[in-house]
Amino acid sequence: MLKILKYSFFDLMRSRWSYVYFAFYLLLGVVLLFLNNDLSKAIITLMNIIIILVPLIGTVFGVMYYYNSKEFTELLLAQPLKRSSIFLGQYLGVALSLSMSLILGLGIPFVIYGLFKSNAIWDFSLLLLIGGFLSLIFTALAFNITLSNDNKIKGVGYAILLWLFLAIIYDGIFLMSLILLEAYPLDKLSLAGTMLNPIDLSRILILLKLDISALLGYTGAVFKQFFGTGLGLIVSFLMLITWVAAPLARIIYVCKRKDF
Amino acid sequence: MIRIQNLHKSFGKNHVLSGVDLDITEGGIFAILGPNGSGKTTLIKSILGMVIPDKGTILVEGVPTKNRSLYRNRIDYLPQIANFPGNLKVCELIRMIKDLRGKVAYDSILIEKFQLAPYLGKKLSTLSGGTRQKLNIVLTFMFDSPLIILDEPTTGLDPISLIQLKQLIHGEKKKGKTILITSHIMSFVEEVSDEIVFLLEGQVYFKGSISSLKSKTQQLDFEHAIASILKDNHAQNIKI
Amino acid sequence: MKHYRIHYILLALTILSVRGYSQNLQVCNGCHISSIKQAIAMANDHDSILVKQGTYKEYGILVDKPVTIVGENYPIIDGELKGEIITVVSDSVTVEGLHIMNVGTSYTEDYAAIRIKKSKHFVVENMVLENLFFGIYLEKSNFGKIAHNKIIGDAIQEYNSGNGIQLWYSNYVDVEHNYIKQVRDGIYLEFSDHCKIKNNVSEANLRYGLHFMFSNHDLYEDNTFRNNGAGVAVMFSKHIKMFNNSFKENWGTASYGMLLKEINDSEIIGNSFEENTTGIHIEGSNRIRYRNNDFVKNGWAIKVRGACYDNQFLENNFLYNSFDISYNSNVNDNRFDRNYWSNYTGYDLNKDGIGDVPHRPVKLFSYVVNRTPETIILLRSLFIDIIDFSEKVSPVFTPDNLLDNNPLIKRL
Repeated sequence: MLKILKYSFFDLMRSRWSYVYFAFYLLLGVVLLFLNNDLSKAIITLMNIIIILVPLIGTVFGVMYYYNSKEFTELLLAQPLKRSSIFLGQYLGVALSLSMSLILGLGIPFVIYGLFKSNAIWDFSLLLLIGGFLSLIFTALAFNITLSNDNKIKGVGYAILLWLFLAIIYDGIFLMSLILLEAYPLDKLSLAGTMLNPIDLSRILILLKLDISALLGYTGAVFKQFFGTGLGLIVSFLMLITWVAAPLARIIYVCKRKDF
Repeated sequence: MIRIQNLHKSFGKNHVLSGVDLDITEGGIFAILGPNGSGKTTLIKSILGMVIPDKGTILVEGVPTKNRSLYRNRIDYLPQIANFPGNLKVCELIRMIKDLRGKVAYDSILIEKFQLAPYLGKKLSTLSGGTRQKLNIVLTFMFDSPLIILDEPTTGLDPISLIQLKQLIHGEKKKGKTILITSHIMSFVEEVSDEIVFLLEGQVYFKGSISSLKSKTQQLDFEHAIASILKDNHAQNIKI
Repeated sequence: MKHYRIHYILLALTILSVRGYSQNLQVCNGCHISSIKQAIAMANDHDSILVKQGTYKEYGILVDKPVTIVGENYPIIDGELKGEIITVVSDSVTVEGLHIMNVGTSYTEDYAAIRIKKSKHFVVENMVLENLFFGIYLEKSNFGKIAHNKIIGDAIQEYNSGNGIQLWYSNYVDVEHNYIKQVRDGIYLEFSDHCKIKNNVSEANLRYGLHFMFSNHDLYEDNTFRNNGAGVAVMFSKHIKMFNNSFKENWGTASYGMLLKEINDSEIIGNSFEENTTGIHIEGSNRIRYRNNDFVKNGWAIKVRGACYDNQFLENNFLYNSFDISYNSNVNDNRFDRNYWSNYTGYDLNKDGIGDVPHRPVKLFSYVVNRTPETIILLRSLFIDIIDFSEKVSPVFTPDNLLDNNPLIKRL
């Protein structure tokens, strides 16, 4: 698996898209920091962008990579390699190269700006950690889509739909149901609803950092325990790990039974 | 070498293989033929473990292939369409495949034979179709495995390379290897193969030497023999 | 440390100057005057009583003549939880440098470490008060000074705890440089006018860091109110000036940097509100000028409830608050102008430092959260940003005229 990972990773690190992606983050970091000159504001803006953009790029990129490397995958399948190692290797190659582009693209301008001397370093680390998790999750979801759809057009379509659903539609439905059910105690429901969507989950981690003052304004006991203690952080991270593990488990399950 | 028993595979409603029984003995060149959609590629992919059969067993060197991967170390496979990760260089791809299989490789001799040396430093995405196929052949033959499977090996080759491919195949045969070939070029099949396996409607319709095929169909040349099988079968279908 | 050294020097100077024109009585554990009560009984008007280092188990000390009581190296006055320790009923009394502990707790009487009752021209300075019920309690006493005191309570429940510094019908009092921690209300004023509350730190109190009602014409300057149960509450007062105070980390449902209720004609200038659940909660307050304040990382920087008219918010910084302004109605009679909003998304093409597009500080989402509080969990969601944006483009729920027409491009 490590060998496949290595080759996929180097293949991708040399691809044009990795550079585009890297350059985009580099530009974003530079523009936010040096034109704006406000570290806190830059980090807030970045957080808003990252929880939307990283999933989009992760799914689309993952889907495209899979379809484009189909023949190569077939070449690998004829080699004495386990199927799970081939797909996990490729998956990690994509996810890690995406994460690398993100971390380097944003990291370089922030380091130049003097991040290590500022106390925003924890916010920034959290940001990169969340970006990494989202890359892992959405690439895994992309591989799930492609393994179940041999048709490229369909696969790309589903990928975009998935993103649209998790990034926007889900929250719309979520908001509507909270408003409709406002007569009932909602704190458990609202936390559960958040846990079931990795984008919302990442958002919660960001809220814990940026908006704790506002979150503590709500009376619910479950909320208070969740946000007021370390519990929220721990549960959110565990859920993020689950969100990586579950699609990966399905990748392994499906790839063992698939015909190529 | 390969023993296939009662192999079934369908894709949706389409029954591609319906009870294939086949014994490939060790040594010699076997051509797998059949009309489009007769299940040639599916059969080969089943042997390689790329397609998972619905029913039946495949034994390679006496070992069932189901859920195993290491037996593929004993097989060299030449896929039909050769597409490689575009950002790798030719030499990197060769090194990578060697790295993945970890066996003795004859890459340098083959590279010389197919005159690929000038392309070694080039990216795979810049290669022409013919060069790719040559590289594909190099990647297949550079290992010394007892079983070789070639899926349409002649695609895109120039005459010189074709001759070299034939030499290569003969050379491997002399070493006592078993070689499976699918091809649409009948002259090529006739020239190289010892035995024919003819697939029709998901089953082995005929297995034997070219001469016995000719006598069975009462045709003088190989191409006509094949054509007559297809015609007969077509007529039968209409009768039913 | 440095701070204390200066105090000692000041103390020494005071003692020296007092010695010049009046009698000086010394109290110590082994002397023939071994209690403060005894010294007061023996003292003439304007005498000075020097309390030497030691522990004095006394309570109910009644100061009924104009004397100066000075502690040397913080002698301990231990009330043994029996009742009030010092009660001043005479004008021109100075108490300083004592370490008072163990004030009695009662449900019927408000025992204090020091109570000044119907007196004028008093000074309470450099005191350390510990394990107390009420700390310094002014009752109908005017023209005094409460300064450099350290009041450390151990309050756990509201019903059996008292306030750090309490002014009741006391005018023209200066409360300066005091440190108050963990009592019920840090500083409490009721019916007290023309007072100056300056440079105090009031933190970790059960209820309010500062609490005043019906107290007009007061000045609050350079104070820090941090991590108090309910922040700061100011109610039913007029002509208040609040300058350069810091309101920090007051977290909770009913916790405010500052709660303004029925406050009129006041000025709130140069204060900083940082990381509070609600920076300022305004109810029924009119004609207040908010200027040059910083609102940083609050849940809600300003929450406007009920009828608030003719308030002006000028040249403030609103930085990274979850919500900048929240209204519960869609009428607005307050003016927002020339503020800096970190949420501002407009541009400044003519480079005059003022955004070319007016800023709408009220988000639609704040109405949604107001109605269904659990929806706060959707904060910063793209969906919410979209509905906020559409509301911005054509306001339906938010007051149409609530805008800052001259949003600043750079923070002040």
